[in-house]
Amino acid sequence: MKIKFKEVKEGRFNATSSRSTRFLGFCLALGIPTLILFAFVFSPKDDTMEDAVRLLYIHVPVAIFSYVAFGITAIGSICYLWKQSRWWDTTAHASAEIGVIFSALTLITGSIWGRPTWNTWWEWGDVRLVTTLVMFLMFVGYLALRQVPAQPQIRAKRAAIVGIIGTINIPIVNRSVEWWENSTLHQQSSLTDGNLEDLTLFTWFLGTLILGIAYLWLMIHRFRVGWLASEHEALGYGAAIEERQAEAGIQTAIASEYREEGEIE
Amino acid sequence: MELRDAWSIARKDLRIEFRSRILTNQIAPYTLLIVVLFGFALDADTQTLRDTGPGLFWVAVLLIALLAVQRAVKIEDDDAAKERMLLTPVHPSSVFLGKAIALFVQLFALETLLFFVMLALFDLSVEDPLLICFSAVLATIGIASSGTLYGVITAGVGVRETLLPILLLPVLAPIAIGATRTFGDAFGRVDADGWAWFGLLSVFAVIYTVLGMFAYGQLVEDA
Repeated sequence: MKIKFKEVKEGRFNATSSRSTRFLGFCLALGIPTLILFAFVFSPKDDTMEDAVRLLYIHVPVAIFSYVAFGITAIGSICYLWKQSRWWDTTAHASAEIGVIFSALTLITGSIWGRPTWNTWWEWGDVRLVTTLVMFLMFVGYLALRQVPAQPQIRAKRAAIVGIIGTINIPIVNRSVEWWENSTLHQQSSLTDGNLEDLTLFTWFLGTLILGIAYLWLMIHRFRVGWLASEHEALGYGAAIEERQAEAGIQTAIASEYREEGEIE
Repeated sequence: MELRDAWSIARKDLRIEFRSRILTNQIAPYTLLIVVLFGFALDADTQTLRDTGPGLFWVAVLLIALLAVQRAVKIEDDDAAKERMLLTPVHPSSVFLGKAIALFVQLFALETLLFFVMLALFDLSVEDPLLICFSAVLATIGIASSGTLYGVITAGVGVRETLLPILLLPVLAPIAIGATRTFGDAFGRVDADGWAWFGLLSVFAVIYTVLGMFAYGQLVEDA
């Protein structure tokens, strides 16, 4: 995808939507009210967790998709180191941003759920809680590193390595209940032990589907914004200098190169 | 990768530190100052200081580690030392290992000083010295490895002083948690299985050392 500098500059290429994202957005606009109806009206209370179970329709899916997001950041980071492609770097960056938002939501909803269920907002002895918080903070650092002014290739390489290290934490988070079972308040997966009833299970699946669509929708838009930003970063100065020089009637090698590649007019 | 090369790099860093006297004249007094400030912050209540001693010890170590990592990066920034080191026929993983060993030695020396000062000032008694020794070694390996790796990530960045803590402290947090638990158990202050947390420290020490050896070469030329 090549974007002409003048188009970006004049605001003609500022839309990040397409037919597919509009379809995904439409699905979300229908899906979110449906999920709210199922979560708060149709699905029953849990015998032990009572109304707190309704938080799990959001808490578990956002936790899953925060793992997915960081996993895609790791894949993007590995592929960037392998291919040195700006596409993979932008993918890793976009996914990390969404992952940070989702893991923040995981921590907040988990904390609200923990108060009535475990009688505490936070349990420092729980390995899964603490490692999720650490994972969140690691990716906040990753985003901070991405904001530091540097050459795009150097910044991308550094971010890729930090992204891979951050993602190595995910299996530790996910398996921590099994590894350190005597030091966690988290129960085993409710899905595999068959404790969920039919409508509860359906609502949980619906929540997962809606959050999956939300992730995809956000990801496409954020990727396109990131791509435009990187295009502007890569071409912006060169093209802007070229325009000024052209006004003064100066021909430069960089101008010819951009013109040959069709990146400026 | 050759261990002999790594040892040469470590000796070079340690010699520079020894000659500059920054470790003994600045960082060691800073370490003692932290302990004194903890005493003031906790109202000179010896019982509280005893209970929180293991955690305070590792918080102090993290603060010292930040300074030590900044120093290690600065050594390579000065007088184009990094460029000259890259011209030598030494594999980047040896350079990483050497710098991590140097950082380990400095941190372990400061931890030893801090440990005995806290034993005296906080009136702590050790119930399991082996657990203390082994967990301190593993935790320091993890801190030195990740510190060396994140040091090169932030090298040459204008905002290194503020960026390094944001990147490094979350990475060190699991090590601090595990080490605090092992020390708490070894001091008889918490009801935790210290040797189980020792396992966590081993995992992190291995992961960060191996990752650092692989990633250092990718980063050092751009730093």
